[in-house]
Amino acid sequence: MTTATIAGKDLIVDDEGFLQQPDQWDRGVAEAMAADLEMTLTDRHWLVIDYMRNTYLETGQAPTIRSLGKQSGVPVKELYQLFPKGPAKLAAKLAGIPKPHGCI
Amino acid sequence: MTVANAPDYESVIDSTTEEQEKVIQKVSIIVSKGSLEGVYPGLIMANGARMEGIEANVFFTFFGMDAIHKKRSDHLKVATVGNPGMHIPTWLGGFPGMSGIATGQMKKKIEELDIPPVPEFLELISDSGGKLFACKATVDMFGLTKDDFVAQVDDVITVGDFYAMAAGGHIIFT
Repeated sequence: MTTATIAGKDLIVDDEGFLQQPDQWDRGVAEAMAADLEMTLTDRHWLVIDYMRNTYLETGQAPTIRSLGKQSGVPVKELYQLFPKGPAKLAAKLAGIPKPHGCI
Repeated sequence: MTVANAPDYESVIDSTTEEQEKVIQKVSIIVSKGSLEGVYPGLIMANGARMEGIEANVFFTFFGMDAIHKKRSDHLKVATVGNPGMHIPTWLGGFPGMSGIATGQMKKKIEELDIPPVPEFLELISDSGGKLFACKATVDMFGLTKDDFVAQVDDVITVGDFYAMAAGGHIIFT
């Protein structure tokens, strides 16, 4: 675990930059992370990020790509357009939750 | 003893190839078995690859083709005979209905893990940008056409086409 300064805040992250304490997150953190990845967050991105975060906070687990596609309001095809390098993990990172460990 | 004209392997290894190998960029997965437990690993690996941003091709051959057959895709069964992993005697596995029971139990577990049934899984992989192909030799052998397959199947291709497509990536046989 290391500390990274994102959007002017000192945050605890893992080796891959996933936040370890979801309560350290705010929207500015997501915006700063996205800018770092040369992404511009749209309303569609936020729909996914919010769903991801809320699911994690409610259940303690990140949603699978299947439920992300079915329940976030953004279908699978579009998920991969919004987050080309893998929606489940990238959205989790932007949502300020730990890296999902499921295989699905 | 030294061998005359032996290739200098050190110099053969291309450092750029080595660099690229640190991250897998593409996988081409062959699904050759038609049982439920024979099909799922390939699908899980294909979907998992797409989730990591890795390009994924799935090539269905021989009985593995049942996975993409319109009428059979949703009716794959667990093999209860000749399958030591079942941990039951083979004669018991051969009883009528045994395969149905084992299949039902496995499907229940799979659903609990939020892994989709085979037809939905094919849709998920296809929507994720994974490509699905049927093997031409098997299609010819079983007298099938592209119309016999689910809509997500991209094409019927030859072994040569498969190797051309797999070039530069990794091939996984299941």
